[in-house]
Amino acid sequence: MLRVLALASVVLLGIAPQASQAITVYTSWERHALVGSDIRLSCTFFSWRSISEDVSFTWRYRPDGSKDSISIAHFAGGEAYTDNKGVFKDRVEFVGNPKRRDGSILIKNLDFSDNGTFTCDAKNPPDIVGRPSSVRLLVFENLPIQAGVITGAIIGVVLGLLVLIVVIYYLMRFLVARRVFSLSVRSVPRLWGLCRGREQRPEPIPGTDTCLAKAL
Amino acid sequence: MLCILLGVLALHLLVFILLIVSTASSQWTVEARGHTDLWYNCHSDTQGYHCSQASNEDWIQAVQALMILAVVFCFVSLLAFAYQLFRLFKGGRFFFTSIFQILASVFVMCAAIIYTVMRPDSDKDYGYSYVLAWVAFPLSLISGLIYLILRKKD
Repeated sequence: MLRVLALASVVLLGIAPQASQAITVYTSWERHALVGSDIRLSCTFFSWRSISEDVSFTWRYRPDGSKDSISIAHFAGGEAYTDNKGVFKDRVEFVGNPKRRDGSILIKNLDFSDNGTFTCDAKNPPDIVGRPSSVRLLVFENLPIQAGVITGAIIGVVLGLLVLIVVIYYLMRFLVARRVFSLSVRSVPRLWGLCRGREQRPEPIPGTDTCLAKAL
Repeated sequence: MLCILLGVLALHLLVFILLIVSTASSQWTVEARGHTDLWYNCHSDTQGYHCSQASNEDWIQAVQALMILAVVFCFVSLLAFAYQLFRLFKGGRFFFTSIFQILASVFVMCAAIIYTVMRPDSDKDYGYSYVLAWVAFPLSLISGLIYLILRKKD
């Protein structure tokens, strides 16, 4: 028993440092935007360690069809630095909150030349081992409707309405049946008043053909 | 009685098959070297036969949805007919069957009308899928109305 415990603790201690060194960066997969609009690209990370003072975010941009990427935004040591020379001059703003693991940037006034891949790399010393995550930006003149969205919506709404109507129909039938039953038990004096006005017919079997029995 | 039953069932099955063929085949508009809508846009040129997705516009998606709904409602009407044939009380009308069949015909009509009005190439010819949709509309309407006046005898 003691040996098992010792073995388990050694294994855990062996695994734990490996796990705590990896940092996982998350961004969206693909973003669509209209020409001339602004877009906020989000970047967040997961790390086993708490946020250090030296947390850093780096955003790189690689245009479509190019192999080189340039740095457009960097946050380190509590300061945000953005592109002041290249294509994104004065168009990039660091809007994230690194203390809350948010390293998002805001790109203003998009143009067709901004189509490309934006890569976010986050580091939380001593957690520095991790793969950067990329988000693809597509800039359109008019936002296209995705295939099948409207089709699915129309089909879903109509079939949903159909199911709803069927459910309501059976529910009403069920409720009406129950209400009739409870009504006749509660408002017996009212029924007696109704029954007195009715014409009397000879009963085939004595005792069953009363007005009350028929109402029930 | 049996003749009427078989005839009505045959008509219903015919409408169902017409709707399926019209929805599934992609021949709503044809031209000299290709065809298009509802789902694919195919044309043949010197390099061979190429197919791409039909356009994503909202009206085509509405036509797709309405045709699919028409097929679904026709099928549900067939099931309702089978159910009501054995479970309906004597003298009853095939109400649910008729309702679903008439709804299916309304959907086909809407789909065909939307396609006719919103089609961008007004000089190209219509294909057989389009024709079948328009044929399916009155047939399904008639089928639905027959179910409305049909009464169960035995």
